[in-house]
Amino acid sequence: MRKYIIQRFLQLLPILFGITFLSFAMMRLAGSDAVEELYSRTGTAASQQVIDAAKAELGLDRPFAAQYFTWLGGMLTGNMGVSYITGRDVFDTFVSKLPATLLLTALSVLVTLGISLPLGVISAVSYDDKSRNSRSRLCRAVTVSVDDLIRLLSFVGNSLPNFFVALLLMRLFSLRLNILPVISNGVTLRAAVLPTLTLSIAMSAKYIRQVRATVLEELHKDYVLGARARGVRGAVTLWCSVLKSSLFTIVTLLALSIGSLLGGTAIIESIFMWDGVGKLAVDSITMRDYPMIQAYVVWMAIIYVLVNLAADVLNYLLDPRVRRGVQME
Amino acid sequence: MNGPAHRMRRLHKNGVRTRLTVFCILALALIACSLFSEHLCPYDPYAQDLENALAAPSATHVLGTDRYGRDMLSRVLIGSRTSIASTLSLVGIIMVFGTAIGVLCGWNGKRLDSLVMRISDMFLAFPGLVFALAVAGILGGGLHNAIFALAAISWPKYARIARNQTLALKEATFIKAARLSGSTGTEIICRHILPNIAGPVLVTGMLDIGTMMMELAGLSYLGLGAKPPAAEWGSMMSDARSLLQTVPWVTFAPGVAIFISVMVFNLFGDAVRDYLDPKAGER
Repeated sequence: MRKYIIQRFLQLLPILFGITFLSFAMMRLAGSDAVEELYSRTGTAASQQVIDAAKAELGLDRPFAAQYFTWLGGMLTGNMGVSYITGRDVFDTFVSKLPATLLLTALSVLVTLGISLPLGVISAVSYDDKSRNSRSRLCRAVTVSVDDLIRLLSFVGNSLPNFFVALLLMRLFSLRLNILPVISNGVTLRAAVLPTLTLSIAMSAKYIRQVRATVLEELHKDYVLGARARGVRGAVTLWCSVLKSSLFTIVTLLALSIGSLLGGTAIIESIFMWDGVGKLAVDSITMRDYPMIQAYVVWMAIIYVLVNLAADVLNYLLDPRVRRGVQME
Repeated sequence: MNGPAHRMRRLHKNGVRTRLTVFCILALALIACSLFSEHLCPYDPYAQDLENALAAPSATHVLGTDRYGRDMLSRVLIGSRTSIASTLSLVGIIMVFGTAIGVLCGWNGKRLDSLVMRISDMFLAFPGLVFALAVAGILGGGLHNAIFALAAISWPKYARIARNQTLALKEATFIKAARLSGSTGTEIICRHILPNIAGPVLVTGMLDIGTMMMELAGLSYLGLGAKPPAAEWGSMMSDARSLLQTVPWVTFAPGVAIFISVMVFNLFGDAVRDYLDPKAGER
């Protein structure tokens, strides 16, 4: 068990190294004019000497590799420099905004699970029933099943950009019905409703399909047929065997879709003025605050990689097949 | 026993072909709409008419006007050029670029392969839009930069597919035969490998059009893509969001336009997949 986690973690090291290097290199490629940008923003025409001094102060005049390792060391100890704009410590600012984003992400994942697990399973079962019970193609074509409805919903959800969903929800709940705040004034549950709903709608639309496909694949396996032949009730097979063995794929897929959720929070947070790291990142991008963007990119990637690691470990704990497969290697 | 099953399959195939034709026509209609948008606009999309600003939808202005009195229908139409053309070129770029890298890696193997695959691992480790946001942020706003940013995060997917397909094909008998009969690597790649992997790559590309369109519009919405006054759906929506309460049509018209185009391209992508890969289509 511990060996497996350590092994997986060692596999991650080169990726983590790559992520940090890529983020650093990217920012540095553009970072040279940040100082000039800073001065042009204040409206004073800076002489070359002032610019050089500022660059030396920020460490921008040293060789690339040296800068990278200094930065990496700093990053690991929570020292990521100061913001070009506010002058505050980047890491502290980032950490202070992180809980809001993590809360939003966690709520969205919960709501997504609440929506898509039941709907996905119902959809799969309904399709399975339909394809088994109706013999003729004509009959299949004319009856509209629950499955068709759910698939339609998921299709519509998949074609709606999340910022459009956000604006629609805002218009409906805040401006028409007047029951929820338009923009959040602080991290409260009431303010979290609309952003959570927006993120969950987009995520559920994708996730329902994946749950459906996973359950359907499991339903088509021979043991389900065998259980039916032996007279086991459909519900029992579904709850005790099919769902149990689909769960592992479902967990993995959920971990993978958290990636798009983390990216999606940036737009949604800025729309609803939710004070998390996504909004921080967008604000920093418009102000060209490179250390801040860097912190955002690196930490988001690290969080994502760790979430995937957690999903793998969870799978390992839950699924005897994976466990045995790993040991056989 | 075999008869009905066979007939069913043929019927299924016919259904798929009809769907493919219908959605192909719809998608082409959208593309044509964007190509000839200038001629379709009832008004000049950039002409301001401040007396007539924020007019509600009516017979003269079907979708109303925005805060400068510009006709929304014309702006949505002209916006389709930016949105659809840039999405299609984005998907084209990543398809060609990703496939080329994937085929080279799969064919050459060894060091190049493991190096490039590690690099693509790195790119895949970044959660979706996060990296694109950063790239767009560094390069600054602008449509070209937004396209570049999205291309930078999406090529690994295509490289993966192309590489795996190439690896599988490399050991096939007909490739060995081609090699025995003296074909060079380039000839084999062009004549045998590329046509054989085109299917999966194309399907992935078609299914990606909708997502890419939404992400591009999302970047524009954040001000990292096309900039006003250029008509682009995402930036038009963000431009009008403060007017959401009083004049919702200015925000919703481009949104509905995105929704419709994404839906058409998604349906088209699904149909292409079902047509080329009947096994996946049964579910």
